[in-house]
Order: sequence, then C-alpha cells, then structure tokens
Amino acid sequence: MRKFIERAGPPLAAILVLLVVWEIAVTIYQIEPWLLPAPTAILREAIQSHSRLWVHTRATLEIAIFGFLLGAVVGGALSVLLHAVFPPLRQALYPLIILSQNIPIIALAPLLVVWFGFGMLPKVLVIALMCFFPILVAALQGLDYPDPAMLDYLRVIGASRSQIFFMLELPNSLPHLFSGLKVSATYSMMGAVISEWLGAQQGLGIYMRLSAASFRTDRIFVCIVLIVALSLLFFGCIAFLERKLIHWNPRKEGA
Amino acid sequence: MLVLEHVAMHYQRGRDILPVLEDISLQVEKGEFVALIGPSGCGKSTLFKLIGGLLTPTSGTIWLEGQKINGHTGHISYVPQHNSLFPWRTVEGNAALALEVSGMPRQQALQIAREWLPRMGLAGYEKAYPQTLSGGMQQRVSFLRALLSPQELMCLDEPFGALDALTRLEMQRWLLDVWEQHRRTVMLVTHSIEEALFLADRIYVLSQRPARIIKEVTIPFNRPRTPATMALPRFIELRQEIHALL
Repeated sequence: MRKFIERAGPPLAAILVLLVVWEIAVTIYQIEPWLLPAPTAILREAIQSHSRLWVHTRATLEIAIFGFLLGAVVGGALSVLLHAVFPPLRQALYPLIILSQNIPIIALAPLLVVWFGFGMLPKVLVIALMCFFPILVAALQGLDYPDPAMLDYLRVIGASRSQIFFMLELPNSLPHLFSGLKVSATYSMMGAVISEWLGAQQGLGIYMRLSAASFRTDRIFVCIVLIVALSLLFFGCIAFLERKLIHWNPRKEGA
Repeated sequence: MLVLEHVAMHYQRGRDILPVLEDISLQVEKGEFVALIGPSGCGKSTLFKLIGGLLTPTSGTIWLEGQKINGHTGHISYVPQHNSLFPWRTVEGNAALALEVSGMPRQQALQIAREWLPRMGLAGYEKAYPQTLSGGMQQRVSFLRALLSPQELMCLDEPFGALDALTRLEMQRWLLDVWEQHRRTVMLVTHSIEEALFLADRIYVLSQRPARIIKEVTIPFNRPRTPATMALPRFIELRQEIHALL
C-alpha cells in the first residue's frame, strides 16, 4: 500500500491540481459550457445519464473485445505460419501485410461498410485490422531471434525443427507477444470508436458524434473519460495475464 | 570412440581466408577423460562446433565410433560455456531437456531428472528457476542435463570459466567425484592448466591460432584424486612444462 502511494501519488496529485485549476478557470472567466464545461459539470452529466451511458459503453466494449480477439488470433496464427510452417510464404506476404498498415483505416472503413453493411462485422474487422499487426510483428521478433547459445545447444544435441520451435522459439516469443497484445489492447478501443463513426445504433463513438452535433460538450468529455478508463482497464487485464503466464520472469519494477 | 583425422577449418572473411584450425588429429577412448588446453581465442570453441556438427571442417574427417560425423548434429552430449539453461523451465525441466529431445515422454524424463537432482547436490531445487540459482548451481544443472543425455561422449566447453576461483575449485572437485562414479567419456576444453591436470587422463596442448596440437601429455596420477594431488612435485613440474609451451 505504501509503495502504491509512493508510485501513484505524484501523478494523481498532478491530475487533481489540473482539475482544480480547470474548475477555477471556468468559473472565473465564465467560459460557456458548450465551449469547455467544468469538471464538476462533466461529473454531474455522467451521473445523470449513467443508464444511457452503460448501453453505449457495452456496445463499444463488445466490438472492441471481439475485434481485439480476432486480431490477436489472426496475428498470432500468422506469425507461426510465416515463421515456422511455410517460410517462403513470408517473403511473398510480409510486404503485403506492411502495405495493409499503410492504408489509412479511415479510408478503408467506408469500403468495409459497402461490403458488409452497418452491422457488427465491418466494425469488428476494422478493429482486427488495427490490432493484428503489432501482435504479428512482436511475435515474429520473438520467434526469429532466440538466444543463439540456446539454439546452438539444441542443435548440437540433435533437436528436430519442431522441437526447436516448441522448446525454444515459442516460449521465447511469449514476452514479445504480450508487448504486442498490450499495444493492440489500447488500439482496440480507439478502433471501436472510429468504426462507430461510420454508423451505428449505439456505442460511445456514435454517442460522441450526436453530442457534438448538439453542442453537448460535457457529454463528449464523459465519453473521452470513459474511453481512456476502458483502455487502461484493457491494458491492465493483459498485463495481469502476462504476469500469470510468464512466471519465470522476475517481476520488473515499473515495467 | 572419437577420432579426429587431420581436421582443418578455415573461415572465409570477404576475400581473406582465416585459418583457425590447422591439421588437428586426436583421439578419445571410451571412458577416458581428455582435456584440450590452449590460449584464449585459439579456436577451441570452433573445434567443439565441428565435433557438435554445427560447422563442417574445411578438410579432414571426424569419426565417432567408426561413423563419419562431419557436419552431423546430435551425436554428442554438451555442456556449453554459458550454461544455456532455459529460463522458462524449472531446474528439473532443464535437467530433463536432453532426454525429452531424445524422444522420451516428458513425465518419464522429469521422473529421472528428479531422481538425479539430489545426487548432484540439488535436492530441494526441483521447482526453482535456474536464474534464481548461483553460477555454480546453474553449472551443476547444465552438467546433469548433459549427463542424462543418451549420447556417450560428453563435451565440456570451459564449463567453469565464468565462475569465481573458489566456486571453481569446489566445482572441479564435484565434477571429479561425479565422473569417477560414472566414467562417461569426457572431452574438456579449458584454459586452466591446473584444471586440466587435476581432472583429465590425458591432455592435448594447442598452439596459438591457427591451432595445432603441440604436445600430448598422459597424466600419471592415480584416481581417486584429491586436492593433495595438486601439491605433488610431479604435478607442479607438469604445470611448469605446459606453461612454458603456451
């Protein structure tokens, strides 16, 4: 507990100071609420509309989680496929995969809507497209570069290609894989919001758009806070899973 | 058991040819403990990579029990210079690794490893991760992994090089103990003259790079050897003799 206060204390205090300054500034300079609402006004709005917010949050979370899972499965499977199963495929496909990341997702999204309509599928695909790449690159890094001395050892004692994969390359790539998963976890919330701008019945993204159209700036702020909080929560879940799964790493402080 | 016949190794570096080993011929009999000793960077590790099959010699032949093994892996059991234990495996998992690679089911391999750990002075560490152990303990795990390996010939590549002097001494005695009980065929590479004299039946002395064998010494001391062996006049004589060659 004391450690927690030591570590989390300074940033929390900084945020608190910022909020107080914000609150005072809004009151003193009589800033219009549609331009910049006070933190207390934002909080009041959040409490008042909590049942409506929950509906939107749930919709966004749902596609974010599905999109992330799809991206993770595709990214992980692709890394194994390109690394171990059929390496020549890698030369052919890797440039294409990098190219796919250079198409702005904003430009690709309308296309997905044309193909798959306004349902869940195009949104999940947008998120998966954003998520699979960091996972793929990170996992490949771990698969490609195990410790050379350990690799030499396995080869000298006569390990087969598949033994080297399962005993060395795969466990070696786990920590890398989790770095990728963490990056993708934060992408997935962003991807969910962007994909909802394309058109959705519910979700934080569409709620933000409607709020902006009616100059309800307080609601936009509520959405932003929620999105940040959910992103952090998502990140935290992955970090927790990482600690459980990679039990051999002595826990690094501040990592 | 192991015979090297005029083995030479040259590395190609751009247009230059870098000779590392020049005409190495040696043999190791079954059950024998042979040490290879030479100055740092003389190509000892290259020699192990050749015997291990990671490299193919430029010329010459490597025979193991009458079979030509140039460039073939899987014929030796190995204690690498830096123990190369797997950080995601426990001590018992690491000790069982070579057995698993040889095709033994995991549970059976772990069972055997567990039976052996107490004999190596590692009782109670079965479930520990190697990175939490001291350097000497890690080297014991690495040695047990090689001992359990089904290949008859054990190659030790400066196994105590990274240890401090006291731990090193303790580990040499320990290795001697274990070896005298099990008498596996051992080939030890080291740059410590005393280590070679204390442990081995026979020593090959290598020259500076490109390495040749400049002397073969048969060590006269009886087994079991004790620390008192190191104080014998003949021991000191031999040490001086080899020292003068290096």
